[in-house]
Amino acid sequence: MTDAPKRTPLYDLHVELGGKMVDFAGWEMPVQYPMGIMGEHKQCREKAALFDVSHMGQVILRGDNVGEKLETLCPQAYATLKEGKARYGFFTNEDGGIMDDLIVSNAGDHYFVVVNAALRHQDIPHMQANLDGVEVTEIFDRALVAVQGPKAEDVVGELCPAARDLKFMETTVAEIGGVECRISRLGYTGEDGYEISIPEADAIRVSKLFLAHDDCQPAGLGARDSLRLEAGLCLYGNDIDQSTSPIEASLSWAIQKRRKEEGGFPGAARVQKELAEGAAKKLVGIKPEGRAPARQGVEVQCAEGNTIGAITSGSFGPTVGSPVAMGYVSAGHGEPGEKVNLIIRGKAQPAEIVALPFVTQNYKR
Amino acid sequence: MATYYSEDHEWITVEGDTATLGITQHAADQLGEVVFVEQREAGDEFEKGGEIGVIESVKAASEIYAPLDGEVIEANEALADNPGALNESPEGDAWIYKIKIADTSQLDDLMDLDGYKALIG
Repeated sequence: MTDAPKRTPLYDLHVELGGKMVDFAGWEMPVQYPMGIMGEHKQCREKAALFDVSHMGQVILRGDNVGEKLETLCPQAYATLKEGKARYGFFTNEDGGIMDDLIVSNAGDHYFVVVNAALRHQDIPHMQANLDGVEVTEIFDRALVAVQGPKAEDVVGELCPAARDLKFMETTVAEIGGVECRISRLGYTGEDGYEISIPEADAIRVSKLFLAHDDCQPAGLGARDSLRLEAGLCLYGNDIDQSTSPIEASLSWAIQKRRKEEGGFPGAARVQKELAEGAAKKLVGIKPEGRAPARQGVEVQCAEGNTIGAITSGSFGPTVGSPVAMGYVSAGHGEPGEKVNLIIRGKAQPAEIVALPFVTQNYKR
Repeated sequence: MATYYSEDHEWITVEGDTATLGITQHAADQLGEVVFVEQREAGDEFEKGGEIGVIESVKAASEIYAPLDGEVIEANEALADNPGALNESPEGDAWIYKIKIADTSQLDDLMDLDGYKALIG
């Protein structure tokens, strides 16, 4: 792949705001702005932060019984997803591994799907090949902006009163700054907030309307990663991949009861077996007791010194005020309170298994 | 007293055969907010080019490489409680080690301030 990184409709705004641009999944994205990752992280937890997530794939599905057909690819109850509602889910493969995670919204006359940037080239052909009679259209002319934090309702609601009426995981279409946007009350930071799909020609202008609010500042991918980690949310490619099952990844909550019982999705046999008998390993929160962050790949040992797993995401948690991590440990381990050792640069560092999330999720139910 | 700079963005201020070693402001700016510093202990010997510590920012871990052969006399313990000092005064209070230089002729391989400024452009 020698393609130059692509630019989102907000590229010029990132440069204007002093964003430090890096290549992420083939996109030129801001990792941070002059405020810095710690400040941007706290801005989102305490007030509101604006993130460009336009690198993610936005897809429109049109046809009859789209929800039922999505159930053949995903373990979620999309057939019964009501109009105006959104639901987190994932594509599974025949072995019960996770192909990608996604958000599906029932937009009435169509379904709106958001997939990971790095996997749009897998997911869109996957849907085209397997959703019979469904028109799968990738949107290239809209930005996707996330406004997240306890003040997000004020930031967005002052420009768009309809946004205040949405509850967590609800979606609608409304005008912001004279342009029609899709507004969904969700995100990936653990905070209340919105993801807003904006026509590209208006994306910078509308983003600046949000940023004009005293409580809203831009935040980059660095803060996005530390926020989602503290919130105990999986990052595809780190914490979940083609080999990990939803049960191993502690994503059982995202599979609705009917689907657990009936199956009928790729890899259902493994998922149902693991639900009944337990999985070979599971994703847990791990809190190092010292100050050294445990990064992806760090070995996890039990108190007796045997290897029981590895860290999949780890960093410093600015809100927690200490290092935080997630990783897999083998069956028989992983109860909150269990003492483990993390092998960081050859030295055993004490840590404890903890319940996820590290910070209380602050959604508006 | 003279100050030298390495290509790995360290400064070293020399008095006879002892010196104070730290990272440059430029390096600190590139690292971002420092959250942890792993240091060697007094008495540890090291060789030029060897790893003598790790600086962790929110995003990543970066190694510190020895600019010459020597021995740790003292590690700056204040960095354990306040690693963020490395962002605020990396060329002042937030020095990393006091060292004993094994071979002062190795200083000839290092840069002066003008040379370092040219390197970082």
